[in-house]
Amino acid sequence: MAHERPLPKPTPETRHFWEGTRLNELRLQRCDGCAHVYFPPRPFCPQCASQAVTIFAASGRAILDSYVISHRPHPAFKPPYAIALVRLEEGPRMMTNVVGCEQTPEALVLDMPLEVTFEVQSDDITLPLFRPAGNRS
Amino acid sequence: MSASQVAIVGAAETTELGVIPDMSQLQLHADAALNALADAGLGPRDIDGVATAGESPTTIAHYLGITPQWVDGTAVGGCSFMLHVRHAAAAIATGQCQTVLITHGESGRSGVGRGGGRRMDAESLQGQFESPYGVMGPPTLFTLPVLRYMKRYGLTHEQLAMVAVVQRQWAALNPRASHREPISVENVLASRMIAYPFHLLECCLVTDGGGALILTSAARARDFPRPPVYVLGAGESVETPLVSQMEDLTSSRAFRIAGVRAMQEAGISHADVDHLMIYDAFAHLPIYGLEDLGFCRPGEAGAFITQGHTAPGGRLPLNTNGGGLSYMHSGMYGMYALQESVRQLRGTASAQVPDAQISLCLGVGGMFGASGCVVLGREPKRS
Repeated sequence: MAHERPLPKPTPETRHFWEGTRLNELRLQRCDGCAHVYFPPRPFCPQCASQAVTIFAASGRAILDSYVISHRPHPAFKPPYAIALVRLEEGPRMMTNVVGCEQTPEALVLDMPLEVTFEVQSDDITLPLFRPAGNRS
Repeated sequence: MSASQVAIVGAAETTELGVIPDMSQLQLHADAALNALADAGLGPRDIDGVATAGESPTTIAHYLGITPQWVDGTAVGGCSFMLHVRHAAAAIATGQCQTVLITHGESGRSGVGRGGGRRMDAESLQGQFESPYGVMGPPTLFTLPVLRYMKRYGLTHEQLAMVAVVQRQWAALNPRASHREPISVENVLASRMIAYPFHLLECCLVTDGGGALILTSAARARDFPRPPVYVLGAGESVETPLVSQMEDLTSSRAFRIAGVRAMQEAGISHADVDHLMIYDAFAHLPIYGLEDLGFCRPGEAGAFITQGHTAPGGRLPLNTNGGGLSYMHSGMYGMYALQESVRQLRGTASAQVPDAQISLCLGVGGMFGASGCVVLGREPKRS
């Protein structure tokens, strides 16, 4: 890629997430009080406001919840490419890209099982991407 | 105190709409404001409250020579002006100020005096959890929930395209609309793909323009040159700055909350609504809006629109100016939706709905991030 993607800049509240992806771990948070699992990261539960929350490694399993296939020019992507919403097994939804798969409506079928894969972007940032489950490349 | 005590007594858009390369964004605010002041027969010294989004109320007040004692800079995207109407109505009703000017101006197309870049900060939630994945503005974000809606309810590509077709039917009746030539479902589906499943004609225009409103107490409203348009009720809410974090990809929580609240406050039922505006940045928004407002049951709005119920001659005239898809869309379209509601209730719309008494106007901000809803009436609310 001529240009790299716009990369995230971690904050104190999200650093554990980005440290996790660097270690190939997809980290979520679970409330110790009400057991709510949530994303994006914050040091309290958005359901009950408890500050007793535990960081844990998610399974990395997800389903394809929705997506668009962008045909717009982008400095770091070659259109057409899919921008996806995936529903993690633990409950939260997150935005990502689906890799290892044609970027077409025929190949991208809603509810298809996916699994996380990690793509190094820089010394500091590794992004969690998803690929069709069982399709190890 | 009830918001029914407040009315819109001045309303105008910029003199030109569309491509206005000879005006800065700030001047677009001013052009609309001056037109609205003239419409109300007022001068800047008659205004004691200022609300705006996109520019700071400080800038607007100073530029126009207004000395306010009430300001509102609520900026939650394109529906900010619906929230301004609600806040202004409350402020006037409680005596915080008498006469409020709400302005919008946006050099969305020409980019004159638009200020710095709109790139998301890499530390923001969007910068960390959405920008890395190739998002390129609203066409790749606002559209993201729709495939889930289509799967859950069986909405077809043709039905989605029909939203644009019907709005073009309205635009054909409006000399100020950017695009007026009729289009078919086939035309829409043959237009350039922007972000599957959205084609060019299912995405809003990008234009320059502005609009302004002036509100005062209903008691004073009858003394103005134009027939007053009464604020019968309003609602507002926010949900999330991240479209990926919507509670439900097939429904907007903010639409539901703002809509119910506005209708309750106005004391109206769906059958009372003669005219409807639903902010249409993209073709799916009227579908979500019709359902979240309760005009259609979940999953039924696509068929409702396809059957012609929202088209010219239909029983629920919707987006009668042609909407963001065909009339104009500067970026924060909510002001233009409000302007059309006012025109319909004054009886001055290009595509006038016969004897429109009540208009409901639903706005969206961000990517399903916020909503404001305003119910306007030709007569004050009966208490």
